[in-house]
Amino acid sequence: MAQLSSTLLYIAFILYLIGTFFFGGAIRDKKGKEKKEKDRWAQLGIMTTIIGFVSQLGYFITRWIAAGHAPVSNLFEFTTFFGMMLVAAFIVIYFIYKISILGLFTLPVALLVIAYASMFPREITPLIPALQSDWLHIHVTTAAAGEAILAVSFAAGLIYLVRVVDQSKPSKRTFWLEVVMFCLITTLGFVLVSTSFNLADYEAKFTWVDKNEQKSEVVYNMPALVGPHEGKLVKESADRFEPFVYMPAIINAKKLNTVIWSFIGGTVLYVLLRLVLRKRVAAALQPLVKNVNLDLTDEISYRAVAIGFPVFTLGALIFAMIWAQIAWTRFWGWDPKEVWALITWLFYAAFLHLRLSKGWHGEKSAWLAVIGFAIIMFNLVAVNLVIAGLHSYAGT
Amino acid sequence: MEHVKCECGHVNPHGTAFCESCGKPLEENTEKKLLDMRYEGSARRSQTYNKTIVDKIWAFFSSVKVGVALIVITLIASAIGTIFPQEMYIPPNVSPAEYYADQYGWAGKLYYKLGFNNLYGSWWYMLLIASIGVSLVICSLDRVIPLYRALKKQGVTRHPNFLRRQRLFSTSRVADVDDVFKQVKEKLAQRRYHIREENGNILAEKGRFSRWGPYVNHIGLIIFLIGAMLRFVPGMYVDEVLWIREGETKEIPGTHGKYFLKNEKFIFETYEKGKENEVFNAAIDRVGSGTVAKNYQTNVVLYKRVGPVVAGAEPKLKKIKEYKIRVNEPLKYDHYALYQVDFKQNEPYKMAFQLMDKTSKKSFGTVVIDLHNPKPSYNLGNGYRVELLSYFPDFYFDEDGNPSTKSKVPNNPAFVFKMLTPDKPKGEVSFVAIQQTIEPFGNNKYKMAFAGLETRNVSGLTVRRDFTLWILGVGGAIFMIGVVQGMYWNHRRIWLQRVNGEVWLAAHTNKNWFGLKNEIRRVIEGTGLAMPIDQAEEEKKAAQGGQAHGATK
Ligand code: HEM
Repeated sequence: MAQLSSTLLYIAFILYLIGTFFFGGAIRDKKGKEKKEKDRWAQLGIMTTIIGFVSQLGYFITRWIAAGHAPVSNLFEFTTFFGMMLVAAFIVIYFIYKISILGLFTLPVALLVIAYASMFPREITPLIPALQSDWLHIHVTTAAAGEAILAVSFAAGLIYLVRVVDQSKPSKRTFWLEVVMFCLITTLGFVLVSTSFNLADYEAKFTWVDKNEQKSEVVYNMPALVGPHEGKLVKESADRFEPFVYMPAIINAKKLNTVIWSFIGGTVLYVLLRLVLRKRVAAALQPLVKNVNLDLTDEISYRAVAIGFPVFTLGALIFAMIWAQIAWTRFWGWDPKEVWALITWLFYAAFLHLRLSKGWHGEKSAWLAVIGFAIIMFNLVAVNLVIAGLHSYAGT
Repeated sequence: MEHVKCECGHVNPHGTAFCESCGKPLEENTEKKLLDMRYEGSARRSQTYNKTIVDKIWAFFSSVKVGVALIVITLIASAIGTIFPQEMYIPPNVSPAEYYADQYGWAGKLYYKLGFNNLYGSWWYMLLIASIGVSLVICSLDRVIPLYRALKKQGVTRHPNFLRRQRLFSTSRVADVDDVFKQVKEKLAQRRYHIREENGNILAEKGRFSRWGPYVNHIGLIIFLIGAMLRFVPGMYVDEVLWIREGETKEIPGTHGKYFLKNEKFIFETYEKGKENEVFNAAIDRVGSGTVAKNYQTNVVLYKRVGPVVAGAEPKLKKIKEYKIRVNEPLKYDHYALYQVDFKQNEPYKMAFQLMDKTSKKSFGTVVIDLHNPKPSYNLGNGYRVELLSYFPDFYFDEDGNPSTKSKVPNNPAFVFKMLTPDKPKGEVSFVAIQQTIEPFGNNKYKMAFAGLETRNVSGLTVRRDFTLWILGVGGAIFMIGVVQGMYWNHRRIWLQRVNGEVWLAAHTNKNWFGLKNEIRRVIEGTGLAMPIDQAEEEKKAAQGGQAHGATK
C-alpha cells in the first residue's frame, strides 16, 4: 500500500509536468493558429491536470489507509498536501475563468512545492501524542487549503506583474520581480542540489558541542561549508570536506549549510538562465503573457484572496485554536508558528482593506499578492526549519 | 442639523454626495466621470464634521488608512516577537537577562533591554490591539448607519445623471420596450433578483445582505476581543499546576477544596520496533526504537468532598469517576479540565536499608523509609533500633560545608542514622547518602547497608477552567459568518429605465464585476438590448493608451 502510494504521487508529479507543457501550447502565439487548436491544448492541459490530481488524491488516500492517520503529520506530508490543494484550487478557478496562462504559472509552483516536500524524510511516521487528534488533521488540511487558494492569487498576481512591468529599462519594479523569479529558481536549486548529493550518498559525520555544552553528533548530507559549533569530523568521515568556518552554538549549522548550498545552486541556475536568455527572466516570460486580459487577471487574484481568506481564517486560526485548547491546554500560546499565522491573517486583512477602501487594484494589488505568498512560504519554510517551536515536526 | 432637499423631493442628511432616493449628484462640479458608489454617497459623520476634538478623534479612528496602519504595525511588532523565543519558552530556572545575553549575544541583550522578551504582554502591544478594537467600533458605526439608511431609501427611478455615471452603462433602442422589459424581468427573477417597478422602470437587486458582511465580521472581532479581555477578570479563568505522584490523593488546586484527585498510575510509552504497524519501521529506524513518544497517560480517580470543611480533619470524599487523562484527552468535569502536560519518571519513593554488622555481614533487619514521610525511629526487635536524626531529601553541602537540602523533593536523599544495638546501647551515628557513608565519630561496628529503592512516577497536570471560551467561540463564529457573507455573495443592482424613447441600462456591484457582466450578458441575450460598456476599463485604456502597448514590446 505504501509503495502504491509513492508511485501514485510520482505519477501525479509527471502529469502536472506534462500539463504545464500543454498549457504552454495553449498560449503559444503562432501566426495563423486557430482558436480551436488553442482550446484543444488547453483541454488537454486541464484533463492531464485533473488526472494528475486524481492520482495524487490516490496517493493521499492510500497513504492514509497505510498509516491509519491522515497523511498531514510531517513536513513532507503537509507540504505535498499543500501542493495538492494548490492544484485543486487552480482547477476550480480554471473552470470559473477558463484562462490557460494561469495553468502555466500555477502548475510549476505546485511542482516546486511537491519537489521541495520530497527533500524531507518521506517515511510514514507514527504520531507523537500531541498530534493524535482529529482536530489537528482538520486544522492542518483546512489551513493548507486556505493557503493554496491564496497561492493562486500569487500566481495571478505574478502574471499581472510579468505583463505590466516595463522591461525596457531597469527599475525598482524589474529588480523586485527578478527577486521573485530568483526565489523560485532557488527552490529549484535546493531540490537539484539535495537530489544530487542524495544520489551520491554523501555523508559527513561531525561531533559537536551544543548550546547546553552537551557533546553530540550530526550527519551532513551535503559537503559542509559551515560546520557546527566546535565541530570535528569523526574518523570514518575524515576524508570529507573540511568546513570553511564553524558556527556558534545557537545557529543550526546544518540547516544554514543547506540554505547556502541552495543559494549557490539557485545562483548558478539563475546566471546560466540569464546567459542563455540574454535578458531578465521576467522579460523572457513577458511574451507568454502579452495577450492576457489584465482586468481579468486582477479579478482572479482578488477572487482567490476573497475565497481563500475565510478558509484560511477557519483553518489556520479557528480550528488551530480549538486543537490548541485541547492539546496544549490553551487556545493561543504565542508560539512562532501561531504568530506567523496571525501575521499572514493580518496581512491579508490589510490587503482587503486597501483594495476595498483605498482602491489598490491592479499592480499594487498584485505586489501585495506576491508579498502575501512570501509570508506564507516564510511560515512554511523558515519558521519550520529555523524558528521552530511546538509545531516543529520538521526534524533535522 | 441641516438637510438637503433634492429636486425629486427627497430630503437627505447634510453631507450626502448624491440623493439617497434618485441618485442625483448633490455636489455637482465634480471632475470625475464615475460616481463613487462605495457607501452610496451617504453622509458619514467622519466626512461631514471636523470641528470639535470628538469629531477629530472620530475621523481618525474611522479612517481605513489609520485602521490599515494599525494592522500593519501590529503585524510587524508580532513578527519581531518571533526573532528570539519569548520569555515563557526559555528554561524556567535561569534569569532572563542572563539567558538572552548568553544565548544570543548583544542582539539578545538588546532584545531583552527593549522588553521584546515579553512582547505580546507589553502595554504597547495591548494598546495596539485595543486601538484596533476602538477603530473597528468607530469605523463600523460611521458607515453602517448611513449605508443602511441610503439602501433603505433608494428609489427605483434614478436621475439620468446617476445612471450615466455608473461603471456599467448602455443605451439601446428596441422595437417593443414592454416586451423586452417583460423578458428581462423573467430572466432576472429566475436569477433570484428582487425586482421593484415604478413608472415602468425597473430596479433589480440581489445580495444586499452581503453589504452587512464587513460589519458583522467586525462585531465578531469585537466580541472576540472582549472575550480575551475578560480573561483578566478574577474567577473567569483558572490556570493551576498539579504535580501528583502515583498513589497520592491531592486536592485539585483552583477548586477551593471541592475536588480531589487520585493518581493511580502514570504511563509513558514509546514506539518500539516490532510492536507497531510495519509501515512505521523505516521512520522508527531513522530516529531509533524507543525514542519517539507514543502515549502519556495518567489513570486517575476524581473525588468530590462531601460534608463541611473541618480544619485539620481528613476530608470525606465521594468518588465521581475514573478516567484516563491523555494528551488531547483531558478530564472534564464541572467546567474544570485536567490536562496531561508533564511528568517525572522514577522519583525515589521508598528506600530500604539493612542494619548490618560490618565484619560478619550479618543483618539484623530491614528499615524501609518513606521518603516523603519518614518516621523518627524504626524498631527492629531484639533490642535493635534505628533512629533517624536528620533527613535531607535533596541533599547537598551548603557554602559552609554543612549538609543541607535544596528542596523537599527526594531527588538525592541523605540521612543521619543512629543505630542502637544491645552491644552499643549509646548508639553509633552514621551519615548515609547515595554512594557515600560518613562516620563522624570514628569507626563504627554497624552500618546501614543500602537494600533497595522503590520509585514511582509523578504526573504533571494542568488544571484549567475558562469561562471566556464560549464568548470567544461566539465571536469567532460571528466573524466567520460575516466574512463569508461579505465575500461569497455580492450586492448586485441592475437599473432599466426608459429615457427619451431609449432604454438605459446601468448596473453596479460591490465586487466581482466579471460575474455581474456575465450575468447581464445572459439576461439580455436575444432582447436587442446593448451590452453595457465597462466605463472604468474604457477610462483606463484611454489613460494608458500606447503606454501599455509599449510595455509589451
Ligand atoms: C484585524 C482586524 C480586521 C479584520 C480581520 C477585518 C476584516 C474585514 C473584512 C474581511 C472586510 C470585508 C472586506 C471585503 O469585503 O473585501 C472588512 C471591511 C472593512 N473594514 Fe475591516 N477588518 C479589520 C479591522 C478594521 C479596522 C481597524 C478598520 C478601521 C478603519 C476596518 C474598517 C473596515 C471597513 C471600512 C471595511 C469596508 C466596509 C465596506 O466598504 O463596506 N477594519 N474588514
